Amino acid sequence: MLLIRCPYCEEERPELEFRNAGEAHIARSANMAGESDDDFEKFFFIRSNPKGIIYERWRHMHGCARFFNAVRDTVTDKFIMTYKAGEPKPAKLPKDSNEVVAK
Amino acid sequence: MSGAFRIPSAGRLSQAKTARFSFDGQSYSGIEGDTLASALLANGVHLVGRSFKYHRPRGVLSAGAEEPNALVQIVRDDARKTPNVRATVQELYDGLAANSQNRWPSLSFDVGAVNDIASPMFSAGFYYKTFMWPKAAWKSLYEPKIREAAGLGVSPDRPDPDHYSSRYAHCDVLVLGGGAAGIAAALAAAGTGVRVILADEQAEFGGSLRFESGAKIDGQDGFAWAQAAIARLSAMDNVRVLPRTTAFGYYAQNFVALVERVSDHLKAPGHDLPRERLWQVRAKRVVLASGAIERHMVFANNDRPGIMLAGAARTFLNHYGVAVGRNVGVYTANDSAYAAAIDLKKAGVNVAAIVDLRDNPTGPVIDEARALGIEINFGRAVIRAGGKLRVSSMTVQPKNGGGERTIPVDAILMSAGWTPSVHLFSQSRGKVAFNHETQRFVPGTYAQDCVSVGACNGTDGLSATVDEAYAAGAKAAKDAGAKTAKGTKPKVDASENWSRGMLGAAPGAGPDTTVKAFVDFQNDVTAKDIRQAVHEGMRSIEHVKRFTTNGMATDQGKTSNMHGLAIAAETLGKPIPEVGLTTFRAPYTPVTFGAIVSHARGPLFDPTRKTAIHPWAEAHGAVFEDVGQWKRAWYFPKAGEDMHAAVDRECVAVRNQAGLFDASTLGKIEVVGPDAAKFMELLYTNPWEKLEPGRCRYGIMLREDGFIYDDGVVGRLAPDRFHVTTTTGGAPRVMNHMEDYLQTEFPHLNVWLTSITEQWAVIAVQGPSARKIIEPLVEGIDMSDEALPHMSVREGKICGVPTRLFRMSFTGERGFEVNVPADYGQAVWEALWAEGQKHGAAAYGTEAMHVLRAEKGYIIVGQDTDGTVTPNDAGLDWAVGKKKTDFVGIRGMMRPDLVAKGRKQLVGLKTKDPKVVLEEGAQIVEDPKQAIPMKMIGHVTSSYWSQNCGRSIALALVTGGRDRMGDTLYVPMPNGVIEVEVTGMVFFDETGGRLNG
Repeated sequence: MLLIRCPYCEEERPELEFRNAGEAHIARSANMAGESDDDFEKFFFIRSNPKGIIYERWRHMHGCARFFNAVRDTVTDKFIMTYKAGEPKPAKLPKDSNEVVAK
Repeated sequence: MSGAFRIPSAGRLSQAKTARFSFDGQSYSGIEGDTLASALLANGVHLVGRSFKYHRPRGVLSAGAEEPNALVQIVRDDARKTPNVRATVQELYDGLAANSQNRWPSLSFDVGAVNDIASPMFSAGFYYKTFMWPKAAWKSLYEPKIREAAGLGVSPDRPDPDHYSSRYAHCDVLVLGGGAAGIAAALAAAGTGVRVILADEQAEFGGSLRFESGAKIDGQDGFAWAQAAIARLSAMDNVRVLPRTTAFGYYAQNFVALVERVSDHLKAPGHDLPRERLWQVRAKRVVLASGAIERHMVFANNDRPGIMLAGAARTFLNHYGVAVGRNVGVYTANDSAYAAAIDLKKAGVNVAAIVDLRDNPTGPVIDEARALGIEINFGRAVIRAGGKLRVSSMTVQPKNGGGERTIPVDAILMSAGWTPSVHLFSQSRGKVAFNHETQRFVPGTYAQDCVSVGACNGTDGLSATVDEAYAAGAKAAKDAGAKTAKGTKPKVDASENWSRGMLGAAPGAGPDTTVKAFVDFQNDVTAKDIRQAVHEGMRSIEHVKRFTTNGMATDQGKTSNMHGLAIAAETLGKPIPEVGLTTFRAPYTPVTFGAIVSHARGPLFDPTRKTAIHPWAEAHGAVFEDVGQWKRAWYFPKAGEDMHAAVDRECVAVRNQAGLFDASTLGKIEVVGPDAAKFMELLYTNPWEKLEPGRCRYGIMLREDGFIYDDGVVGRLAPDRFHVTTTTGGAPRVMNHMEDYLQTEFPHLNVWLTSITEQWAVIAVQGPSARKIIEPLVEGIDMSDEALPHMSVREGKICGVPTRLFRMSFTGERGFEVNVPADYGQAVWEALWAEGQKHGAAAYGTEAMHVLRAEKGYIIVGQDTDGTVTPNDAGLDWAVGKKKTDFVGIRGMMRPDLVAKGRKQLVGLKTKDPKVVLEEGAQIVEDPKQAIPMKMIGHVTSSYWSQNCGRSIALALVTGGRDRMGDTLYVPMPNGVIEVEVTGMVFFDETGGRLNG
């Protein structure tokens, strides 16, 4: 069972307390009704599903109940970092993840 | 004397403590501390089972968890019949009863052994090739027959009466394996004061010190040293010592699953003891000290009972005091079998001959064997074993050919060398590396914070093992945060050293032969099968494995994998590392479902939720139905009533007088804050800003894709406070959906969400007399139609307790939903019930509720919708705010396919014969005479007998349904076609006058 660090609780907690909530950094348009078919398709249907680094949302369901973002390697299942909802996508990942990122 | 083959001067068991046991009904005597295997061998019983495919007679191969042959059924009572128990692991207790498996009518005469004679039919890939044609025969003929013949042992046919336990634990250093290496590592780590867990699968710690008679540590016999060390460790507060505990799975972030066999070794375990305990351990550092497993020699008939691993024979002698024969032969390709021969010879057993494949090996054990007068044959092979139910001879030949010589024996001890047990390391996602010099796979690249020590790391010799393990234990403790170290490293005074050996088939199983030289005993895979797999085109070891099933039995190929790999590599003409090793997967040894499920079964499998009014419903004879985790009153039958009669009566009572319904399971969420209305605007299709406090509205929630997700009546209690109801099943996901948007998309809104489902009990009072029933109990609320019109809400008191009183209706009658704090739910229900009795009210359940709402065409999300239904499809366009610029689903609803013509729309159906009630889920067609498969244009979503309408009624999703009003459609059923007419969805009181009636 994975340990996941909740950025709000500032603690590593077992995976059982969390729920995955899909890919992160997919912004909902402020003018939703005016979106083109193509833009809506990208927003609603298209996900990156990478082999390697994924930016995804998690919820600390059985803890503080907050949604947050995580960077995870889909190959090793390793969590590289977690950060609060609303914070920008990290430009740089922590140093010890270089090997993972290089893949 | 417990068995003719017990040697009183040998072994560590106390002869005084005898234990009676039975095997296949025959009674025997053993000693406490025996395993079933050692006790059987002490009585001269080698034949213990029949093999899986060929039904060949099989005996005990090993003395441990790697056992592929000696699998028995242990029978405690009618319900406790455990199949496939390894006799080498099962500890003996007085009264133990075991049966052999896979034989009929008896172990020594087994009809299924005809498979052995017919074995050319059953070669590798047999199932894939033989049962292909005709296709139809698979289901009717082949599969049932194969299932009947396949499998080992018999599953128990009653629920498991035992209970199981599970624990989570955390530690700094987890040591897996309690031989010399594991103990040394644990001593080093424990001395620093960090938290240590040491686990071993055996009942007693010591590992191979159980049989290594030459080992001396700290001036003591190796096994005695191990026991003393374990006693010291057990006495330390920071150490947990777990015997009989197998680490079976190594998962991410040093999470290790172990199973402790708590009471399988006890004669009469008390009910307070679990049978097994699952340990889920999170360790900062893991030390793997899982040892090595001896390999057998691959030669013709190497599976005859009496042929076993040399180290096992040594264990039976040195630990259990059992001689595995009186006249034993030895077949080896490394030194360790010599030690077995020497120990047996010294114990008075005749060693007929040692046959060594090597040409001219030298070493102290060889000298010692020679000095004891044992005949040694170098450069020779055992090309076949004689005997059937028990080995009777071994036929020896120079390995490059020449004259044969047959030597009578009653046991053969064999050793092809030792395979490091890298299973757990491999499970940790570490990568193994092949050592060409020693011809073995050892841990290479680590993926987690663990370290391998001793034999599992390819370290040879006790001295080097203890040095390595002690240093690793100290380092693991330091890495886990230890500050100080205390203790001294154990000193190895004497040890045995051997390595090397051979991989693959020995000369007696060469490429030209058709003999049965077994590689994998449990799955009956021979050297020939593996060669055949390569010849038939399998190139990857993963394919060879699946084609032959080598290593796929429950022993996970502990003795067979390396031999199989070497034979495949040789046949392919490739070096071993290029062919690769198959992946090791959890579990290391079989794990019971009981251990994994633990307490989570029966009533503890899933929570059962009951409303505050549940006890009243129970006392009044309600029949309950499961709705998610909830128990809901389904209907309230009176004496002599069946469900149909009860539901009819309840439905009629609601329309004519009144009914009381427990609606407490409805999901309820309070949406509070200055931006509450703005939030509601975004989450629901309806407009909310202008809804006046005190009024209610039916709300529809969509997902972003434009499909209906949930619905419910929402009351606005104050400008900044909404009381939202959801469907019973939808409450948790609606809450999650709201939180998701509030936290991530609309975090600028100042709103708080609180689940209040369990805080409020809800009593629906519906029917013409509803107001008369409630009014006398209410304080502070004017209940006149003017003051409290349909779809409004007031706060006040009922029976002296606070209430949120909704005027709303899910029946089409004048209706109210009385919300009271859950603790008062039953008391208020009883008061309302007493009032209701004056007006002829009935209690009604969910079935009547469904009928009543269907009579009015009110939908149930999840029944009449299925996640692909838009508000328009459901005829609910009126509930979508036309002037709104945004809400979740607004864009999804505009997708081309969602606005296209010809979508399925919700309509009513009336059967031409009013007595016929359609089946929910039944398919609808336009032309019943068309060829099968017919074109289906929709399906029935809800269907009931309506006593109030005097006929059946149904709702259905039908393609272009609203354009088909009055059309005749058809519902083909197995017993004929049912004619139906498409109608509107409202079957009763179309004008809605009764809401105020």
